[in-house]
Amino acid sequence: MATQSKAFIDNLGKIYGGYAGGFIGFVIILAILEQMGVPNKIIGYCFVFLTIAVYAYIGILSRTMELSEYYVAGRVVPPFFNGMATGADWMSAASFISMAGGLYLTGHAGLGYVLGWTGGYVLVGVLLAPYLRKFGQFTVPDFLGVRYEGNTARLCGVVVLFCASFTYIVSQCFGIGIITSRFLGIPFEAAIFVGLLGILVCSMLGGMRAVTWTQVAQYIILIIAYLMPVVWLSIKLYGNPIPELAYGQVLEQIAELEKKLGVVKPHVGAFLDAKGQFSWVEFHNFWALVLCLMVGTASLPHILMRYFTTPNVRDARTSVGWSIFFIFLLYFTAPAYAAFAKYEVYSNVIGQNISSLPVWVQNWSQVGGLLTIKDGNGDGILQLSEFIINQDIIVLSMPEIAGLPYVISGLVAAGGLAAALSTADGLLLAIANALSHDVYYKMIDPKASTMRRLTVARVLLVGVAIVAAAVAGTRPAGIIQMVAWAFSLAAAGLFVPLVLGIWWKRTTAAGAIAGMIAGFGLCLFYLVGTRYFDMQLWWGIRNISSALFGLPVAFIVTIVVSLMTEAPSKEMQDFVDSIRVPKGDLAWVKGAVHD
Amino acid sequence: MAALTPEQRAAYWSRTSRLMWIIMTLWFFFSFVIHFFTVQLNAFKFLGFPFGFYMAAQGSLIAFVVLCFWNAIAQNKIDKEFGVAED
Repeated sequence: MATQSKAFIDNLGKIYGGYAGGFIGFVIILAILEQMGVPNKIIGYCFVFLTIAVYAYIGILSRTMELSEYYVAGRVVPPFFNGMATGADWMSAASFISMAGGLYLTGHAGLGYVLGWTGGYVLVGVLLAPYLRKFGQFTVPDFLGVRYEGNTARLCGVVVLFCASFTYIVSQCFGIGIITSRFLGIPFEAAIFVGLLGILVCSMLGGMRAVTWTQVAQYIILIIAYLMPVVWLSIKLYGNPIPELAYGQVLEQIAELEKKLGVVKPHVGAFLDAKGQFSWVEFHNFWALVLCLMVGTASLPHILMRYFTTPNVRDARTSVGWSIFFIFLLYFTAPAYAAFAKYEVYSNVIGQNISSLPVWVQNWSQVGGLLTIKDGNGDGILQLSEFIINQDIIVLSMPEIAGLPYVISGLVAAGGLAAALSTADGLLLAIANALSHDVYYKMIDPKASTMRRLTVARVLLVGVAIVAAAVAGTRPAGIIQMVAWAFSLAAAGLFVPLVLGIWWKRTTAAGAIAGMIAGFGLCLFYLVGTRYFDMQLWWGIRNISSALFGLPVAFIVTIVVSLMTEAPSKEMQDFVDSIRVPKGDLAWVKGAVHD
Repeated sequence: MAALTPEQRAAYWSRTSRLMWIIMTLWFFFSFVIHFFTVQLNAFKFLGFPFGFYMAAQGSLIAFVVLCFWNAIAQNKIDKEFGVAED
């Protein structure tokens, strides 16, 4: 498969349809083996190793020595499949493992994540993706370098990209470590490096092309794994195969139980502080988080570069629609997951005799620190305050809550692993491409041969992966927190120069550079200050929403400085015009370096 | 360059911008405005859900999916009208 044959692209539906069928068959075979008495540990191994082997196989088949295949998958990815790949690229360990648990613990406040991680695609589709596709280069900093005429803007872009994506990838390595160590039974630090091999086999040989086709495969596994247990539970409890509908009923039952148990913070209550009172600080934190996550979505290079791979501008737009549709399938279900788990806990765990709790509670309370039961008042009955559950185990324990066989637990682990690996791959590629293409080729050695460029790209890829895994081994912070920081950093640094560069011709190079430095700088200052130096929060806004301050500053500085400097040249304005129209060639500014 | 006169180009961009503003306004409504009133909307029931909670858990998400596809379809129509759609 030196170049992607047309037959391959034409038969994608058949290939991936067969693959999905094969995967379901694989699950059924393991289920039969389980009934025949094969131990759980072996089943766990099968799920982890066989899925990684499939990704590796696709990765090796997709190896390439061509630049446009390596950087943008040859620009042949159909919108539907690019949507699936974006879905896997997008949904990480945070979405798969932690989000439903967050919703369980915080109720309405957790919905900020659900909203923030979907609505951003409207911004991507309307403001950016079609125009970046028309621009048609390899990386996001490429756009900054051409539109703002020079390596200063390009370098600023690379710095922001690096900080945001690196924070993000560390959190994914962390997630991979948790899953691999639990299902293989090896120490966390070693598990990270096993996972690392899984990441590298997907991306090293084939770059974007390999990552694209493994991400489609990973999406299929992760969505089956996420939906199956919750649909099963919904049928069992409510006779309704659509958990999203059954869940309205569950909320009513939860509300009744909450009254009985004397819960001060009802699940559906909005903007409540710890005492259950309406709080303006919670209100502001809610919309600030939604804003930062949405704008961050539209600024993260590993997402934007997925739209560089479609055959044309029209397909890039349609592809955004498919992306959000495939993401929606999971996000639409997550709140139902949380409600089912909560109902189960409130009705069958709390108020029970501690000696006769459901089996899943007994199993999980034996795994260190994730589920704690402490009979504080010594009456042998479990009170709500005596039951502490970690948010990362809601999804992982759902199969047991539903009383499903162990094979489903293995499936969920494979899904979580697929989610974390696919996101890590996309991020790794974004970072390594920026370093090899933007820094090495565009700034250091513009005469480098193709062979040399691809070698440098691969060496950097492995280097970045190792460093990220090493940092993750130090357990710097929680998964969701690190991910939210990454979004804020990207939002404050990249959104303004990208959007204004397309939509406001008057934006000048000086304005964009000043805006990036000011916005990103302020965001970083707030994040580091509040996290590491006991700085007071401004108006109570938590640092996961740091971009709330950086973003407006970036807008104001960019606009003011642009208006104070000389308008961009006529050629540059023509160039922007040519980006705005789907058909036709680009009107390159004289001297602009492009491929 | 597809042969657009400067006037046509301006007309094309003003149609494109108008679509952008319409979708951005709806996006803003479903992302923020409706959730400012969650507490008040929770007084109403919808499919068993308090309505404000429903919008954050499902309603706005559906709106986002629709907005993305609508943007693609409407913009493609504008492209065709001006003869700048790709072959």
